[in-house]
Amino acid sequence: MSLEIKTNVIQPRRHTYDHIAKRLGADKPATRYQEGTWDLQPTTNFHYRPTWDPSREIYDKSLTAIEMEDWYSFNDPRQLYYGTYTMARHKMMEAEENHFKFIGKSNMFGLMDDEWQQKIKEFLLPMRHYEWGANMNNCDCSDKAYGTAISQVALFAAMDRLGMAQIISRVGLLLDDSTGKSLDQAKADWMENDLWQGARRMIEDSFVVKDWFELLVAQNLSMDGVVFPLFYQYFDEAGQQHGGAPMSMLNEFMQDWGKDEKRWLDHLLKVTAAESPENAALLSKWASVWTDRAIEAFTPIAKHVLGEGAADVMTSIRAEITKRAQKSGIEI
Amino acid sequence: MSRVVSITLQNNDDARPIIEAIEKDNPEATVNIYPGMVKIDCEGRLIIKQETVEELLGREWDVQELHLSIISMGGNVDEEDDYFELSWNL
Amino acid sequence: MAEKRKKKLGIKQRYSMLTRGLGWDTTYQDMDKVFPYDNYEGIIIHDWEGWEDPFRLTMDAYWKFQSEKEKKLYAVIDSFAQNNGHLGITDARYVNALKLFLTGVSPLEYQAARGFTHVGRHFRGVGPRVACQMQAIDELRHVQTQIHSMSHYNKYFDGLHSAPHMHDRVWYLSVPKSFFDDARTAGPFEFLTSISFAFEYVLTNLLFVPFMSGAAFNGDMATVTFGFSAQSDEARHMTLGLEVIKFMLEQDERNIPIVQRWMDKWFWRGTRMLALVAMMMDYMLPKRVMSWREAWDIYFTEAGGALFADLARYGIKPPKYADIATKEAEHISHQAWHIFYNYTHAAAFHTWVPEKDELDWLSEKYPNTFDKYYRPRLEYLDKEEKAGRRFYNDTLPMLCQVCQIPMGFTDMDDPTTISFEVSEYKDDKYHTCSLGCKDIFDYEPAKYVQAWLPVHQIYQGNCGGAEIPDVLKWYNFNLGADNMEYNGSPDQKLWDEWQAHRKKA
Ligand SMILES: [Fe+2]
Ligand SMILES: [Fe+2]
Ligand SMILES: [Zn+2]
Repeated sequence: MSLEIKTNVIQPRRHTYDHIAKRLGADKPATRYQEGTWDLQPTTNFHYRPTWDPSREIYDKSLTAIEMEDWYSFNDPRQLYYGTYTMARHKMMEAEENHFKFIGKSNMFGLMDDEWQQKIKEFLLPMRHYEWGANMNNCDCSDKAYGTAISQVALFAAMDRLGMAQIISRVGLLLDDSTGKSLDQAKADWMENDLWQGARRMIEDSFVVKDWFELLVAQNLSMDGVVFPLFYQYFDEAGQQHGGAPMSMLNEFMQDWGKDEKRWLDHLLKVTAAESPENAALLSKWASVWTDRAIEAFTPIAKHVLGEGAADVMTSIRAEITKRAQKSGIEI
Repeated sequence: MSRVVSITLQNNDDARPIIEAIEKDNPEATVNIYPGMVKIDCEGRLIIKQETVEELLGREWDVQELHLSIISMGGNVDEEDDYFELSWNL
Repeated sequence: MAEKRKKKLGIKQRYSMLTRGLGWDTTYQDMDKVFPYDNYEGIIIHDWEGWEDPFRLTMDAYWKFQSEKEKKLYAVIDSFAQNNGHLGITDARYVNALKLFLTGVSPLEYQAARGFTHVGRHFRGVGPRVACQMQAIDELRHVQTQIHSMSHYNKYFDGLHSAPHMHDRVWYLSVPKSFFDDARTAGPFEFLTSISFAFEYVLTNLLFVPFMSGAAFNGDMATVTFGFSAQSDEARHMTLGLEVIKFMLEQDERNIPIVQRWMDKWFWRGTRMLALVAMMMDYMLPKRVMSWREAWDIYFTEAGGALFADLARYGIKPPKYADIATKEAEHISHQAWHIFYNYTHAAAFHTWVPEKDELDWLSEKYPNTFDKYYRPRLEYLDKEEKAGRRFYNDTLPMLCQVCQIPMGFTDMDDPTTISFEVSEYKDDKYHTCSLGCKDIFDYEPAKYVQAWLPVHQIYQGNCGGAEIPDVLKWYNFNLGADNMEYNGSPDQKLWDEWQAHRKKA
């Protein structure tokens, strides 16, 4: 058996892959994140141009105006590769699943005021479409991004958005006794109700944004920067006086996810802005334009749920985004 | 022309009750054993029933748990709450 | 009883509400601008709702099952490293198969991840988009688990240290690279036909199943585990492949000839690439599970036969040149090994002449061809090597303009004549290795003339220099360690030392 061989004759000849050692500055053991991320994406000698867009290469730095000397300057502070990603999400989902089970078993949704149940149908369920839009946008960023480090965080985020769209849909099924009627109504609201048209127009406009880094800022900093505090913090608080505790439990996944998103996103923005004044200026421009839009787009639904208080809430949400951006070196 | 559908599963403890269930519910199936894996062929169609697997396993079994043990397959898939079926059209 | 029973949704209905219901037709932006790529290939879709979901995993279930698989897999990888699992394999020659895998196949997993991300954004149907996205992240899983599994081997063996760099540059790796570049630069429907159907449904079994079973047989638990664990995702990918074909065929009759042409093309391109796998199976596994020929019979002739019989109702025929490919199964592994034996000084893995019992096995498995054409040649090369005259071919070979394999394959009815075809495009001549490759070239010459052909590039001075050693340095080869004959290699020396210590102990 292998164990019988003295360890001194089986000394490793190298500790990691060459391209990893080069980035580490020495041949030393590397993490799974590093080996599973760095330099995975092909960079040169592509054989053919895309027939669907011959103006570009398969992987092409020019798909954004942002310029980086090294597209691996950014590393996910959460160190997520596929294995750690699925395990982390499964853990979050397991907790969420227990909430669903508990609420379903004791029919806890019935404890909420009827009026609040109706409100949830109006403000939360259409958000499944927003999440689906966010899925598309992150998928687009992952598709066009240069380098594995950014491409993979965007792909994880895309799958997360599908997951959250499904959690929201399940809330609907809890509210409508699994008939799906509430989901149909939510879609009708998303498509036609005035409360939602600003948000829908904004997300549809984002679908055709060409520059993937602009899209990343628009979706993840500006739109999400409004959505996560507004829907899962302020609306959640507003629900407390209507017996909204069960909904609070289900909001947990989104609350945790929002925090998790900030961790990689703020770091990415910081690294990118620090690279050059040109990058910082671009990020500032995009963040300003899209944050204005996002505030405006979600104001009607904020008023619908919070009434008078909406204006103050939107002001403080805006201030929070501005503060976060500033910390990353971006002026809104 | 051959119309064999087939499913290949890992040859391990998790897959064993599934393999047994297949043998039970598809008496015409042929079981081929290779290093690390088991390939089961059957003419026309092959079914995996939740009920049978649960009986053999002595616990609840979600049909989608099949995805933990499957290696390969051939045939059109029909996956429902209580069965997983492979078939070729006549 | 008055108590109302909670209605439980069936899996199909539930899945449909939780996915298909999420999408909407955009009105503030034109749908054709939101989805600009899904209608230029000529595929006509009348009703995206006609899409049958190939599998029904919601994200909660996805995270649950996948994290469970990952937990198991990484436990094996950890214990493999802790226990120096590399010492338990049958023979160090086996590791050369892993070298080819890590440099040739793993980068394709990454390409698949990005390709499925692209189509996962660009189909206008929600059903196919979700299925593609899930496959995208699965494929990321595959490349990462492969890198992590081989990380331990890289610490003890040569040739595994620079896979991404090599994949972008080395001559024989342009075979798999150009295959995937070809698929990725095609439209979304052709991409799915090439990767999900031709590759995953029809051919991937030939790559993964017997090879992984072979890894098990050769004591490589790390590889078996990642291989089988990856294959467990493949069942979903295969279903997607079959579904997309049925979807296109059912939507409009005019799709049939387009789909047929793609099947012909990608079947051929796939079998060409699998020549590398054929030689892995017949030559690089010290203990063999089945021959390439047997694998071909099981996975193409039998499984593929049933599949194409099923598709016949749509008017689909088995791939053109399937008969030639089946004839090739008697020869291809031997011819591919011969090419690499010739050029192993320019490859990041070792070759060798199989030992006598291995030659006997090949004779037994290939009664029609091996003794007649290939054994005598190998025995001659063996004699030369033992006499200190190991043969290396110093001329650069001509490559097929499409599959990029050196023109070394023969006419299958006359295995002594090298086969090649010539096409003309804009006053230039282009060479292909076979009728299959010629057809592909002739249909889209403007695409294939773009190919980054390694030998041309070397001649043009784009690969580090004019001399072979310059080129090999540009490939980041450690000369004398990564390349050349197995006998006398550092890999072999170390392995023998380990074995000697083991005997002493
Ligand atoms: Fe894969
Ligand atoms: Fe796959
Ligand atoms: Zn060719």
